[in-house]
Amino acid sequence: MANPGGGAVWNGDLHNHRKQSGSLQKLTFYFLLFFQQNGKPHFYHKPIVESFEEAPLHVMVFTYLGYGLGTLFGYFRDFLRNSGIEKCNAAVEREEQKDFVPLYQNFENFYTRNLYMRIRDNWNRPICSAPAALFDVMERVSDDYNWTFRFTGRIIKDVINMGSYNFLGLAASYDESMKTVKDVLEEYGLGVASTRHEMGILDKHKELENLVAKFLNVEAAMVFGMGFATNSMNIPALVGKGCLILSDELNHASLVLGARLSGATIRIFKHNNMQSLEKLLRDAVVYGQPRIRRAWKKILILVEGIYSMEGSIVNLPQIVALKKKYKAYLYIDEAHSIGSVGPTGRGVVEFFGLDPQDVDVFMGTFTKSFGASGGYIAGKKDLVDYLRVHSHSAAYATSMSPPIAEQIIRSMKFIMGLDGTTQGLQRVRQLAKNTRYFRQRLNEMGFIIYGNEESPVVPLLLYMPAKVAAFARHLLNRKIGVVVVGFPATPLAEARARFCVSAAHTREMLDTVLENLDEMGDLLQLKYSRHKKSARPELYDETSFELDD
Amino acid sequence: EKEELIEEWQPEPLVPPVPSDHPALNYNIVSGPPSHNIVVNGKKCVNFASFNFLGLLDNPRVKAAALASLRKYGVGTCGPRGFYGTFDVHLDLEDRLAKFMQTEEAIIYSYGFATIASAIPAYSKRGDIVFVDRAACFAIQKGLQASRSDIQLFNHNDVADLERLLKEQEIEDQKNPRKARVTRRFIVVEGLYMNTGTICPLPELVKLKYKYKARIFLEESLSFGVLGEHGRGVTEHFGISIDDIDLISANMENSLASIGGFCCGRSFVIDHQRLSGQGYCFSASLPPLLAAAAIEALNIMEENPAIFSLLKEKCKRIHKALQGISGLKVVGEPLSPAVHLQLQESSGSREGDVKLLQEIVNHCVDSGIALTQARYLEKEERCLPPPSIRVVVTVEQTDEELERAARTIQEAAQAVLL
Repeated sequence: MANPGGGAVWNGDLHNHRKQSGSLQKLTFYFLLFFQQNGKPHFYHKPIVESFEEAPLHVMVFTYLGYGLGTLFGYFRDFLRNSGIEKCNAAVEREEQKDFVPLYQNFENFYTRNLYMRIRDNWNRPICSAPAALFDVMERVSDDYNWTFRFTGRIIKDVINMGSYNFLGLAASYDESMKTVKDVLEEYGLGVASTRHEMGILDKHKELENLVAKFLNVEAAMVFGMGFATNSMNIPALVGKGCLILSDELNHASLVLGARLSGATIRIFKHNNMQSLEKLLRDAVVYGQPRIRRAWKKILILVEGIYSMEGSIVNLPQIVALKKKYKAYLYIDEAHSIGSVGPTGRGVVEFFGLDPQDVDVFMGTFTKSFGASGGYIAGKKDLVDYLRVHSHSAAYATSMSPPIAEQIIRSMKFIMGLDGTTQGLQRVRQLAKNTRYFRQRLNEMGFIIYGNEESPVVPLLLYMPAKVAAFARHLLNRKIGVVVVGFPATPLAEARARFCVSAAHTREMLDTVLENLDEMGDLLQLKYSRHKKSARPELYDETSFELDD
Repeated sequence: EKEELIEEWQPEPLVPPVPSDHPALNYNIVSGPPSHNIVVNGKKCVNFASFNFLGLLDNPRVKAAALASLRKYGVGTCGPRGFYGTFDVHLDLEDRLAKFMQTEEAIIYSYGFATIASAIPAYSKRGDIVFVDRAACFAIQKGLQASRSDIQLFNHNDVADLERLLKEQEIEDQKNPRKARVTRRFIVVEGLYMNTGTICPLPELVKLKYKYKARIFLEESLSFGVLGEHGRGVTEHFGISIDDIDLISANMENSLASIGGFCCGRSFVIDHQRLSGQGYCFSASLPPLLAAAAIEALNIMEENPAIFSLLKEKCKRIHKALQGISGLKVVGEPLSPAVHLQLQESSGSREGDVKLLQEIVNHCVDSGIALTQARYLEKEERCLPPPSIRVVVTVEQTDEELERAARTIQEAAQAVLL
């Protein structure tokens, strides 16, 4: 078994504060870890480069100015609407119910009414083809400044898709390899109409669960119909009152909801910050529960494999070391990282070369890399048996639909190579290549990119709300579909565009996108990065000059 | 010294061990489709356990529509609704559902459980008051827990009890009028309760709504596609205008034989969920083949309103046929397609009851009638219903099969209980 506590060698100091006042901070993590895996020593010696560069000061000033101006205008327009000078386009309460307590507080909707409405056309864009590397977007226009939309009936064809989570390119319209899905649909139908505990377990589900367990190299697995619900319904089954949950600052809404529903105490540690986590662990073990001073029943650490808004990869080796030292349990949500990182696509555990036995609960979704929907939890057999009995989803929610289960089986076999070809492995490698190329070119051009070098989720910082809208609209005109995110999914001043690189993107597609991004960057003045990298790697950053790297 | 504490501390095991004879571990495996004739654990049976009320699970038209959608869109949507996960099929389905239910707007979720569990916390926050029936299903309970509101339970279907609670709340309001002006009130009920098979008294609830100024959220998972002349649910059944109900939520997994759920109502109410419904914003959208199947199922429902009266007849028939069984009593209304059979005299402990009922179920499965017990999570439910066998009526069951089922259950009950 791995024994990192005794033999780990940390190289370099770990400065991982993101918000430092003053000038930019480039953060780099360098690891030299020595892990014992099945008796064989295994060096993970590739340097991990994660960067969260801070923007120059003038950008932040203008961003806040932009929001301030929007807010002022918002107040002005609200005043006009309330006093009847301007017509109100929003839906209103029924006449009979006007004396009820208002359903929404005025202030709750202030942001929605005044800021979000202006740029609302960049989200919820309907498409009418499969979300492959090229897709068709339906054209829609607004006659009254985004209050209502109308479809012109035209379709913008062959838009390059940089927004859907299609990491391995498995989401495509029907082709012959999907024949098994068609057969299962014709034989089994679509719905299941029963819960797992009652009459809802089909033989397809058993087949899928065995395959997932084999894929992840664990003892057993259990599948659920929805990824979000997997988290929110199983975390309460694992921990309860008297337990402690340590969750990362930037965890997904499903993890937060599951943690809240469980009734356990929640403490938050700074994003990917191991000192913060260690301090919390020490305090928890030494001092126990806050008022009664008794020991905690269990401690559960909730992290994600790849964080979708930052593009950072969790610092798994250190977390495993901490978990072993303080005897906590680790729950890792691999929604984005399963199938997309690691030499054969098995997720972050394989990426770092760790033993799957070290992580207690593996959770992931099938939506992103496998082109289907649903979630799974995997781990030791005791854990999965316990969840079969006690999970909320097993007792009250319907199980997965059979053709979707078949699609997951098909794509998992494809990735594992069980269908006889090496195409799955090739796609994983293509994804890694595309990721590196894309990130490298963007860095060279001078944009600020967050996240780990190897993560296929690439956030490009835009900061100002007006640029967010302009960026998305211009790129759609040039037939590139991107996803932009602003408040409240990200901090107020850090609006970003998020690209998802896919194995289905060819080099030409990526080059087209990069050219257009270059032009957009010049047009909108987005190239904030203060250190442009040259095409050649800096020699003084190398940790070792050995030839057998 | 701190190091010693760290060394000594022993946490509980992550999961306590589970006895291997727990029923959920020895589950029924269905080979093949869960349709009218179902193969459970290798035995061919008639299906009285899946909620396939309108028999649409293996309808060829529905499958053809799903197949067409599979050819065009593939399987997954690879993204939430906000980020290129909205397909024209979703917009179509929302339109059709809104038209069918005669409301302004509808919103689709990708999982039935998540529908009501995300809808309630989107409106009701900390400090608001929710009056909910004791027999509400688990999804509603989770939605209420997530909302952190003040929950007041009233006895099942007891309008007088609800009025008492509302009056008490009114007295509280008069003590503190400023707070009362910002506290929202909601009444959450189900159209057809899953745990008891009874229908909620909607007309009286609407009267209470206007008298005490509370909004009604109606959960129609079992009554959508069952009650009412055209299958529009409990509002059509009682003849109440749909505008009186603020939000209707249902899942598409019962009558529509698909997966997912929807909420419908006025735009003023529903539009809010597009930004604040957690299961909508932060989760991938419904796979298009399931949405296409739901649209086709809606088409079938609209073309053929005679199936609803057919279903009602079958429900009445089985209700009558199950009345005479000694040892078991029927819980549920004659109109409900999902009734419960509970033990007339309990054996004293819940495990004992569950074992007896399981023997009856096994006996029935051996004789070719697939039944199941109604399963609950004992420790998590707020008001745990007594153990029971669930009998589900579908349109596809013939009269002889209904009679046979009643006879089989009677024999099984006699064999086990006497």
